[in-house]
Amino acid sequence: MKIALTSQGENLEALLDVRFGRAKNFIVFDTETCSFDVVPNVQNLNALQGAGIQAAATVAAAGAGAVVTGHCGPKAFRVLETAEIKVYTASECTVAEALKAFEEGRLAPLAEADVDGHWA
Amino acid sequence: MKIAVASGKGGTGKTTVAVALAETLGARAVLLDCDVEEPNCHLFLQSHIESSSAVTVMVPRFHQEQCTGCGRCAKVCRFNAIASLGKRQLIFQELCHSCGNCLLSCPADALTESTMEIGRIHRRTPGAFPLYSGELQVGHALSVPLIRQLKEMCEDDKINILDAPPGTACPMVNSVRGCDYVILVTEPTPFGLHDLAGAVETLRTMEIPCGIIINRDEGKGTLIEDYAGQNKLDILMRIPFSRKIAEGYSAACSLLQSAPELKEKFSSLLEKVEAL
Amino acid sequence: MKEILILSGKGGTGKTSLTGCFAQLSSNAVFCDCDVDASNLHLLLAPELQETEEFYAGWTPQFMEKGCTQCGICEKVCRFKAISCEKGFPRQLPGLCEGCGACADHCPTGAVKLSPRHCGRRYRSQTPYGTLFHAELFPGEENSGKLIAELRRAARAEAEKTDAGLLISDGPPGIGCPVISSMSGVDLVVAVTEPTPSGFHDFKRVAELAHQFEIPVQLIINKWDLNCELSEMIAEFCRGRNIPEIGRIPFDPIFSECLRKNRTVLSASDPSAALNIKNIWQKISSLTF
Repeated sequence: MKIALTSQGENLEALLDVRFGRAKNFIVFDTETCSFDVVPNVQNLNALQGAGIQAAATVAAAGAGAVVTGHCGPKAFRVLETAEIKVYTASECTVAEALKAFEEGRLAPLAEADVDGHWA
Repeated sequence: MKIAVASGKGGTGKTTVAVALAETLGARAVLLDCDVEEPNCHLFLQSHIESSSAVTVMVPRFHQEQCTGCGRCAKVCRFNAIASLGKRQLIFQELCHSCGNCLLSCPADALTESTMEIGRIHRRTPGAFPLYSGELQVGHALSVPLIRQLKEMCEDDKINILDAPPGTACPMVNSVRGCDYVILVTEPTPFGLHDLAGAVETLRTMEIPCGIIINRDEGKGTLIEDYAGQNKLDILMRIPFSRKIAEGYSAACSLLQSAPELKEKFSSLLEKVEAL
Repeated sequence: MKEILILSGKGGTGKTSLTGCFAQLSSNAVFCDCDVDASNLHLLLAPELQETEEFYAGWTPQFMEKGCTQCGICEKVCRFKAISCEKGFPRQLPGLCEGCGACADHCPTGAVKLSPRHCGRRYRSQTPYGTLFHAELFPGEENSGKLIAELRRAARAEAEKTDAGLLISDGPPGIGCPVISSMSGVDLVVAVTEPTPSGFHDFKRVAELAHQFEIPVQLIINKWDLNCELSEMIAEFCRGRNIPEIGRIPFDPIFSECLRKNRTVLSASDPSAALNIKNIWQKISSLTF
C-alpha cells in the first residue's frame, strides 16, 4: 500500500508538515517495496484557493491508500473520502516516526475534517 | 443617471450620505445598497422587506456517464474548484467563478450548465423610493456577481443612488463601474485623506468623474481642501461635525431626520451633479 | 508568541486608532496591518520602510499580435466581457478580467499567454515601537486573503526570529475572505464597536465568525455615551455570549484632534483618554491565553 505523508523536507528524517493543502511536499511511501517518492506541492502553497482540493487530487493520483498529516480541512477531506483514502493525524514528529506510528496502528483515523479550511 | 457614493475608508458616512440623497430626491430616486457584506441602508429607513429574489450564478454539473477521465476540466480550472479522481470529477461550487472554461474544455459533454444560489436581493419601500439590498448567503464569498445583479435593479428614468462598499478592491470597483458620477465621502483626518487619494486614483483610471463631501467637518485645518485643490476636485459639501447628528445616527435616525436644515444643501448638490 | 487581532465589522469605529495605541503601549511585539485594501496603521507609527516585496496572485493574459489571426474567439469565450476585438487585435478591458485563462486555453494559434498577475505589494518597516508589516492591494483587485496570509506569515516569522511575545494585528472591515484570512490561528479577537445600529449589526456578525473559529472575543465599546441605551444592549448581548467587556471609551474630540496630527491620544496633554486605554491594554496584555 502507498501512504502519503505531508513533509517539510524531502526525506524521511524531515518533519511532518501539519498542513495538508499547503504542505511543502508529500512523501509517498510504498510499504511493499519500502521505497518512497517525493511529490512536491509547491503549486498549492501559492494557490489563491482550493489548495486542499488539489493536494487531495495529487495524493489520489499518486495511488495513496492513506494519508498521514497534521490537520485536514473539509474540502480536502471530501476529496479524500470520495477517493476512499483514509486520513490519519500525527504531530510534532518526523515523517519516519509518523510512518512507524501508522504501521504500528497507533494513529487515529479522522471521521471528518478537523479544521476549517481557508488560509493557514 | 447613476450616482455612486464611495469613500475608500470605512465609516466616513457613505450610507449616511446615500440615504440623505435618496430622501432628498424622494420619488425620483432608487437606492441600491451595494455593500453586500455589511448592508446598512435599511437600518436608517424604517420599512420591511416586501419581496426577495434569489441571486444565482452558473456552476457546472458533472455527468459521470459521459466522462472519459481525461482530467482536462480540472487542469484548466484556475480556481481549483474541480478535483479529478480518474473518471470521477468532484466539483466545489463555492469556489467556482462561473468562467465556463471547464465546459469549453470538456471533449465529451460530461459538463453542463447548472445554477447555484449565492444570496438574495431584498426590496423595501421606506418612503417615496425603493431600496434594494443585496444579502450574501453565509459561506459564499462571491460579492461581485451579487453586486452585478443588484445593479440590474437600476431604473433608467430615475436617479439611482448606489451605496458602495468601502475600499477600492473588486466589490467597490464593480459597484461604481458604469456610474455617471461618484461622490466620495471623507473625514478631515490623515486616514480619510490617505484612503480618499486611493479612491480618486481608482476613479481616474476608470474615467469616472467625482467630487468630495467632507463629513464631520470641524472647520480645523485644510487637509482635504489642499488635496482637492491640487487635484482639481470639487468639494461639493461639508457636513459639520455635530454631536446631535452622531447621537441621531446612533438612534437609527437618518441624517435629514437629525439635521433637516441640510436638505437644501443636498438639493443644490444634486442639481449641480445632474447638470454635469 | 500570542496573536491578537483587532476587528470591528463596521468601518470607522476606531479600530485602527486603538490598535495604534496598543502598539505604542506594547513591549516586545510585532505589528501587522491586515487591512490591505485601505491600510492606515502606518500613519500612526512613523515607519521607516526597510523591505518591499511584490505580490502576485492569479493570472493575466498577454495578447500577442504575432500569431493572432483576429478570429475573435478569445472575446467570445470570455464570460466577464473583459476582451474587446473591436479594433482587430484583442485588447483587455481594465478591471474585468478574473484570470480564468479561457482565452489562453482556447486561442487556436496560441497567441494568448498567461502571466502572473501583479496585484499589490507588501512592506516591512521599522517603527519606534517594533517592526510593522503592511501591504497595499492595487485598485480593483480581488481581496482573496492571500496577501494577508503572506503578510501574516512574514510577521510571524519575524516574531519567532526576534523572540517577540506578541503579534498585534489591525484587522480588515467586514466578515469576508480577508477577515477569515486574518483570523485563522489567532489567540484572541478584540472587537471594537460603537453604539449605533450598523455598529451593533456588524459586530454581531464578527462575533459569530469568531465563534465558528472557536476564538475568544473581548469587547471595547467606543463612543459609548453617544447612546447609553444601545451600549447597554450591546453589553447585554455580550453577557449572553460569554464575551467579556474590557472597556468603554466615551466620545471625545481629542481622538480626531490627535489623529489630525498623525498621533494617538497617548500623546495628548489631557491624559484621561490615554489612562482609559492604558487600563484596557493592561487587561489585554496580562491575559494568559
